[in-house]
Amino acid sequence: MREVKRGVSQEEAQQHEPGCQIGQVPVTVGRRGFLRGAALGGLGLAASGVLGGTLGTAPSSSAASAAGNAPAKAVHQWAMVIDLRNCNGCKLCTTACQTAHYLHEDQTWINVFTMQNAAGESYYMPRPCMMCEDPPCVPVCPVKANFRTEDGLTLVDQSRCIGTRICMNACPYQARYFNWRAPRPAPRQPFPQEPAWPVPQVEGTVGKCVDCAAMLPSGKLPECVSHCPMGVLYLGDLETDVAVNGLGNTVELSQFLADNDAVTFKESYGTHPRVFYIPGHGQALDTDAADG
Amino acid sequence: MSDDNPSTGAGGSPGADGVQLPEPAVRPDVRAAAMRPVLETPRWWWPTVLVLGAIVILGIVAWVVQVVDGLGVAGYNNQAFWAVYEADLVAFIGVSYGGAVVSAILRLTKATWRAPLTRIAEATALVTLPVGMLFIIPHLGSPWRIWELVWPPYWNLSSPILWDFFAVSTYLLATAVFFYLPLIPDLKIAQQWLDPDRRGLRARTCRRLYRVLGGNWDGSAPQRRLLHGAIGLVAIMIIPMAVSVHSVLSFAFASSSRAGYAETIFPVYFVVAALYTGVALVVLSVAACRRLWHLEAFIHPRHFVRLGFVMIAFGAVYLYLTFTEYLVDGYSGTTDDAAWVRQVLVGHYWIPFWFYFVAAGVVPLLIMAIRRTRSAKGVLVASGLVVFAMWVKRLVIVIPPATEPLVRSPLAASGVLAGSWGSYHFTWVPISITVAATAAIPLLMLVVFRFVPILPIFEMEEADAEEPARTAAAPAPPPAPALAGQGVGTFSAATRSSPLPDMGSGPPPTLGGANLAHGTPPCSGGVTATGGSW
Repeated sequence: MREVKRGVSQEEAQQHEPGCQIGQVPVTVGRRGFLRGAALGGLGLAASGVLGGTLGTAPSSSAASAAGNAPAKAVHQWAMVIDLRNCNGCKLCTTACQTAHYLHEDQTWINVFTMQNAAGESYYMPRPCMMCEDPPCVPVCPVKANFRTEDGLTLVDQSRCIGTRICMNACPYQARYFNWRAPRPAPRQPFPQEPAWPVPQVEGTVGKCVDCAAMLPSGKLPECVSHCPMGVLYLGDLETDVAVNGLGNTVELSQFLADNDAVTFKESYGTHPRVFYIPGHGQALDTDAADG
Repeated sequence: MSDDNPSTGAGGSPGADGVQLPEPAVRPDVRAAAMRPVLETPRWWWPTVLVLGAIVILGIVAWVVQVVDGLGVAGYNNQAFWAVYEADLVAFIGVSYGGAVVSAILRLTKATWRAPLTRIAEATALVTLPVGMLFIIPHLGSPWRIWELVWPPYWNLSSPILWDFFAVSTYLLATAVFFYLPLIPDLKIAQQWLDPDRRGLRARTCRRLYRVLGGNWDGSAPQRRLLHGAIGLVAIMIIPMAVSVHSVLSFAFASSSRAGYAETIFPVYFVVAALYTGVALVVLSVAACRRLWHLEAFIHPRHFVRLGFVMIAFGAVYLYLTFTEYLVDGYSGTTDDAAWVRQVLVGHYWIPFWFYFVAAGVVPLLIMAIRRTRSAKGVLVASGLVVFAMWVKRLVIVIPPATEPLVRSPLAASGVLAGSWGSYHFTWVPISITVAATAAIPLLMLVVFRFVPILPIFEMEEADAEEPARTAAAPAPPPAPALAGQGVGTFSAATRSSPLPDMGSGPPPTLGGANLAHGTPPCSGGVTATGGSW
C-alpha cells in the first residue's frame, strides 16, 4: 500500500510544472534519517535502543519505507484526507474534538487556520496531527514519551512525559499543545487514560491529536471526521486503500488522491505526513521551503 | 588521611629524581588575606546572607506556586512554549565559563597574572553551574518526573536534551575537580592557620574538611609534580568540555526546522556568548571579593583591565557572529527567515535586541577602546552591562522563534507573511525565580569562602618563587593617584617598562600601605591586616 501512496507523490511531482506552488520533492533520506544514522553510527547504539522502547513501538525507517518493504504487520495504516475545496471554516471539527477530549479552548488539536491565496481570497485549512511517517517529535524526546504505533499513529505517553516541550519545538506543523494548567475535569471515560485515549489530559505534559485512536478499531470515525458537516475530513486506511468521510462518502484512497492532485503539507521537511490535502482554490501549501 | 603535621610550603624537600620545581616561598601576607574570610566574620556578613537567603526563599515559593498552578502562571502558552527558563538555563550555565577561561585557558597560556584570580574564578564557576543546572526544574512541565532523566531504561539517546544532561553533568564534575585540585595544598595551609583553640560548629567543620580533603599533602617535590600534572591535564580537558556543553545546549534549539533556531552558527554562537559573559561575571565577582575581603594588595586595577581585554575579545567575536547571523538570514529572504529577522530587528523584539546591541555590543567595545574609560571602573561597568544585556539577548534568541507561526499563508495579499505570532508575557513567577537564582550566586560564594581560602595560596607562592628576582628588581611604583579608576592608565604604562608583569605574586614587600600604585582603593584597611594576628 505504501507504493500506492508513493506513487501518488511521484505522480504529482510529474504532474505539476516546476513553477507550480505545490512543491513535491521526493525525499529519500530525510533529516530524521540522518539523525538516526548519526545516532546509530556515532553512538554505536542498537536501533531498538534508540527508537524502540518499552512501549513496543515500531521504529519507522525511511529507507525501508522508501523501498516499499516496511514491516507492515498491522491491519491498518491510518491516514487522513482533507478536502480543502469544501471547508467553510465552521470549526465544528475543533469543538467536537475539544468536547470529546475535554480540552481547554487553546488546545486546538485540530485547528482551522484562515489562509490567503495569491489573489487575497481567504480559505480555510484544518490542521490535525500529520501522523508523519518520519515524525520529528519522536527522536527528540529525552524519555521516549513519544512513539509511533504499528498502524502509523504518533502518540504521547502522558504518564512518561516530563514536559521539556522539545517536541513542540521539533514539530513543523505546530500541532502539539501543552497542558499549562490543570485539564478540564472529565467524567468516567469508555477507555482508560492511555496514549490512544488521553482523556483527561495530564497537567505538565504535552498533548496532541491522536486520530481518536481508541475509537478506530471498533469502526468509529474520529470526532472531527464524524462532525464535519461538509465532508471535508476523510479517515483513510492505506492498507485497505479506502477512505470515508462524515457524510458517508467512501472513496478508493489512492485513486482519490491521484485524481485530485493531493499534496502533503511541508513535504520538503521530509516528515512524510499521512494527512493528504486536496487543494481547491489554487492554494499554496508551503511554497518557501520547496523553493529552489 | 594522615593527621601528621604536613610540612607545607617552605618545608618541602626537593624531589629525589631530576626535575626540580621551584620551592614555593612562604607569603604570610597572602596566607593571612586568603584566610581572612574563613577566620573573620565581618559585620555585613550575616545581614547579607539573610537578605540573599530571603530572596532565594522567595524564588522557591514562586516555584512551588508554579508547581501547584502549572507552567501557565509563568506566562507560557502554546505559541511561546520556551521562554525565560530556557534563556536562564543558557545564561546561567554560560556565566560559569569564566572559571574555565580565567583558570584553564590563562593557565595553559602561562599568563601568570591570573594567579590571584583563579580561586575566585573557579568558585564562581562552581556555584553558577549548579544554579544554572537547577533551571531544568522550573523548565520542566512535570518536575516530579525528573528522575526519568537518570533512569537509563527511559533514555532516548537521540534526544539533544539528554545530550545536554550528560554534557552539563560531566562539566560540573570537571569543574568540581578543577576547583579541588589547586585547593589541596591550600587546605593543609589553612589547617595550620586555623586556631586549634577555636570552637564552634564551623571551626570543627573546617577542621574536618581540611583534614579529609587535604589528604596526605606534604608539599614534597614528587607530590607537587603530580599535582601540576593533574591540574594541567584537567585544564586541558575542561576546555573541550566547556565547548561541548554550550554546543550541545544549542543543539536543543538548532535541531529543529524552526527559522531562528535551525542555525548552523548556533554552537559557536552559544560558546562565545558563554565565554563572553563568563569573563564578565568573573570581573564582577573578583571586584566584589576584592572589596569585601580587602584583597586590594593582591588584585589590582590592571587585573580588571586585562580581564576586560579578554572579555572584549569574546564580545567582538559575538558581535560579529550576531551580525553574520542576521545578515545572512535576512538577506536570503526565505519567508520564514526574513519574517523572523524582521520580527527581531524592527518588530516585536526590537527593544531587547537593540538594547543588547548597545549595552553588550557597542558600549563595552567603546569602554575598552577609549583610554580614559579603560580602567577598573570602566571594566566593571562594562561587565555589569554585559551580564545583564546578554541575558536579554538570550531571551531574544529563545523567544521569537518559539512564537513563530508555522502554519501561515505564504501568499498573503499584503506581501507579508500572514499568520499570527505568539507572544510571551513575564509574570512575577519567572522573575522571582530568576532573581532568586541571581541572589543564590553571591550567597553560595559567601558560603564557599567561609570554608576555603579565597586566594590560591600555593599557586601564588609558587608563582612568586618562579620570579625570585621580581620583588627585588621591581621598579619603585610611580606616584599614581590613589583612585583606582584613574590609576590604571598610568600604571599600565609603567608596567610596560618593567621586566615582568608581576601579576602573579601580589605586592612588593612594601606592605605598609603606601603601595598606592597598585590601585588600593579608598577603603584600604585591608593591607594593614596582613600581619597575621591569629
